[in-house]
Amino acid sequence: MTSIDTAPAPDTARPLPAGRSRLRLPRAAGGPTLVLASAVLALIVLAGVAPGLFTSTSPIETDPVNALVAPGGAHWFGTDQLGRDLFSRVLYGARPSLLLGLGATLFAVAGGALLGIAAALGGKYADQALMRLADVLLSLPPILLALLAVIVLGTGSGNVMAAIAIAFVPGYARIVRAETLVVRRSGYVEAAVGLGLPRPLLIVRHVLPNALGPMLVLATVGFGSSLIAASGLSFLGLGPEPPSPEWGAMLSQGRGFLATAWWIGVFPGAAITLTALVVNAVGRRAQARFTRRTTR
Amino acid sequence: MTPGSLFRAVAKRLAGAVAVLLGAATVAFTALQLIPGDPVTVMLGPGTAATPEIKAQIREQYGLDQPVALQYLHYLGNLLRGDLGESYQLQRPVAGLIGDQLWPTVQLALAALALAVVLAVTAAVATAGRRPALRAVASLLELLTVSSPPYWIGILLLTAFSFQLRIFPVAGDQDLSALVLPAVTLALPLTGVLAQVLREGLEAALGQPFAVTARSRGLSVTAVRLKHALRHAAVPLVTLVGWLTGSLLGGAVLVETVFARPGIGALTLQGTTNKDMPLVIGVVLLSAFVFVLLSTLVDLLYTVIDPRLRTG
Repeated sequence: MTSIDTAPAPDTARPLPAGRSRLRLPRAAGGPTLVLASAVLALIVLAGVAPGLFTSTSPIETDPVNALVAPGGAHWFGTDQLGRDLFSRVLYGARPSLLLGLGATLFAVAGGALLGIAAALGGKYADQALMRLADVLLSLPPILLALLAVIVLGTGSGNVMAAIAIAFVPGYARIVRAETLVVRRSGYVEAAVGLGLPRPLLIVRHVLPNALGPMLVLATVGFGSSLIAASGLSFLGLGPEPPSPEWGAMLSQGRGFLATAWWIGVFPGAAITLTALVVNAVGRRAQARFTRRTTR
Repeated sequence: MTPGSLFRAVAKRLAGAVAVLLGAATVAFTALQLIPGDPVTVMLGPGTAATPEIKAQIREQYGLDQPVALQYLHYLGNLLRGDLGESYQLQRPVAGLIGDQLWPTVQLALAALALAVVLAVTAAVATAGRRPALRAVASLLELLTVSSPPYWIGILLLTAFSFQLRIFPVAGDQDLSALVLPAVTLALPLTGVLAQVLREGLEAALGQPFAVTARSRGLSVTAVRLKHALRHAAVPLVTLVGWLTGSLLGGAVLVETVFARPGIGALTLQGTTNKDMPLVIGVVLLSAFVFVLLSTLVDLLYTVIDPRLRTG
């Protein structure tokens, strides 16, 4: 502004000072990516809610004459060994697959919240007992914990959901406990305690609303891993029964046809990856924004 | 720091390790109690008609007629002697079954770990603190590797390199070439996480005075990165040791299935589908043991190296 050597601000329409846009470069780079990721996520969710909007082909109708057709004009993603249209199956697979990941995440976050808050506010002994148990469970790989749970609970969608949730609960419990302790030590909670607010009310009115934000961010970031883990169990043959077009189960089927029909395994896996990718992108963005806001 | 405080810190850490192992054994025992149905019937398998006398005999043989507390102590005693119990399905000691399948999985895990470390260090050293465009590409790749299910990466690699190009064998563990694709599959998700942590650590270290000093002494940019900054950046990796062991062992279940490789992972899946609880419990206890052993060793090393940690 003071010297004519300085290049004019490239974007005069924006009322930002020229120096500030340089500081915000990472954010500017993240902007379009975030929009794109959110748009793709919205489309995936829409496919989960109403797959009929995108295709009129049935995902379960077999057509033996057109079995193992390569991707092309008639069948965008090709057909499987029974002649079912894979594009339609991947679209219809969104609902069972997303529900599997979503259910596992919700159960895990809810369980983690319950145990984390209990540990943080339940007194010294409850805290010690719960956190030592979390230490033990965190020393085991989540997949192994989930497999143990599957042996006890059995196979199928609901059980896989519960098994993944059990595997992820200890991690969530630990984070929620830390968040709750921060809220617990804050001025407004001290004031509420000083005013004689009973503990249940304290939890409902002050602790939960303030811990909810971080928990939602956590759930978004965790959804990607839940989806991958749940589809993984399904890939191992422990998830929903065969006719269901769940992505992990489709991948497992495709494994048998890699030599002749690569598309059966490739497209369902691409759907899982794309979903995990956009959810992770959105979740990390939310996480970065959240930590920036709370540390300021 | 006196030797006494060091000794106390070490003793405390060891006691913690033993406590976690005892906890894991307790979780294992609880899981064994949770098997649906009568353990003797499960042990005999479906379709076996046994008289009540035979069942009672089996019950006595395995100590199932004793109170739960006694069974628990007996179980702990057996674990101390390295006895992990007997597989329901295969009627063989679990420790032996695991021992037979250990080597292929150890091979796979070590190869994947080495590959992941080399790739992550290269990526982090090349991209830390560079132009935003380069870093954006790097972080997109990292995001992609952590978002890709390992079983899908495996299927992609099999399609491309085994079925189309015919470079690597489709399945098995006959020779070293059969190890390449499974190791890459297991390594990629780890690489994404490691590279990200390393890059953040490197960027923090490069801003420190010692890095500026080293640079002003005339060291090249690469030398500063490799000789000075990398060491500092590697410190947070240590806390990832536990996560790494878990990912390698858990990932082995999926990777060994995709590539039809023998190993602990394949054994675990077989145990799960057969509802063979003692077998799966054996693997779980083994992984808890490896986890505790590695993280304790690393912690102890740090207590010795870094005096600031000896306050406990």
